[in-house]
Amino acid sequence: MTTPNKDWPLWEIFVRSAHGLAHKHVGSLHAADADMALMNARDTYTRRAEGVSIWVVRSSDIVASDPANKGALFEPAHDKIYRHPTFFELPDAVKNM
Amino acid sequence: MRSPSPAPTQAALYACAIRLGDNNLILGQQLARWIGHSPELEEELGTANVVLDLIGHARVWLTLAGEIEGLNRSEDELAFFRDSRDFHNLLLVEQPNGDFADTITRQFLYDAWHRLYLAELRGSQDARISAIAQKAATEVEYHLQRSREWVVRLGDGTALSHDKMVAALERVWRFTGELFEDDETDRELAAAGIAPLPSTLHAAWQAEVMRTLERATLSPPENVFMHSGGKCGRHGEQHSYILAEMQALPRMYPGATW
Repeated sequence: MTTPNKDWPLWEIFVRSAHGLAHKHVGSLHAADADMALMNARDTYTRRAEGVSIWVVRSSDIVASDPANKGALFEPAHDKIYRHPTFFELPDAVKNM
Repeated sequence: MRSPSPAPTQAALYACAIRLGDNNLILGQQLARWIGHSPELEEELGTANVVLDLIGHARVWLTLAGEIEGLNRSEDELAFFRDSRDFHNLLLVEQPNGDFADTITRQFLYDAWHRLYLAELRGSQDARISAIAQKAATEVEYHLQRSREWVVRLGDGTALSHDKMVAALERVWRFTGELFEDDETDRELAAAGIAPLPSTLHAAWQAEVMRTLERATLSPPENVFMHSGGKCGRHGEQHSYILAEMQALPRMYPGATW
């Protein structure tokens, strides 16, 4: 027997919509543990056949970048257009780029 | 080579479809009352998904029952314009929602039976029945996973949740005997290779239930008098209230659509 914890922890849900694609963050939900988080994710986020795979991660386990640090982290990339692969012609057969 | 099975009578085939339809219709209707009252938002969505599955199953079984009967009765006519005596659901599914432990216990005991019954129905000699069972089986597989996990969670949870599960088993267990009772119709359906004989499912059901109850640190009540009669239309008082709520609107405005 464990002591009751009235508030279930928050979980972040990632769903992969098709084979070959990456898992994508779709939202969050509450659940007592990982098993329940998977079931709740199935019931909340794949009701309309959205997915073939689900990941659940405790929200508290996610380490996020500091919004205040946005300038130092991301601005240097803005003026380096040569890093974008925009100078190549994409073959039509490539669907998910 | 087995000798060819005797063809089932139309009445037995109708009973097969109507019983399955009524079980799912009544349980779905009952479970739907949790919508707006569930303990957690996520739980509410999960419950709603099960409700939609069960009502979906009820629709195809009742439609099939109407086809077998041959009187042009639609799924809606069968659902909304029969009285309690003409419903053939198991007593288990008409038991009140009670608290969450009662609902989960009722659901788990039914899901465990439902999964086994559908697994056998997939091999039915009647192609319509086996096709419906095939599709329904994967949905019920998930229902069982869900209710099984809740039984373990609540039974092996806090002192309060454990006590509530003990009380729930006390209330609901006495309606599980009927799940495995064979009547004339069952024997005829089994002889014709249409549906399994209920008594043959008991051992597997017992194994599943005991395994789960053990994980949940629970045990079924002993020396229980088993109630039955739902399959032949003898229902408890609450059955009429379920029907009253479900049927009031279509009876007041027959043919109403939206």
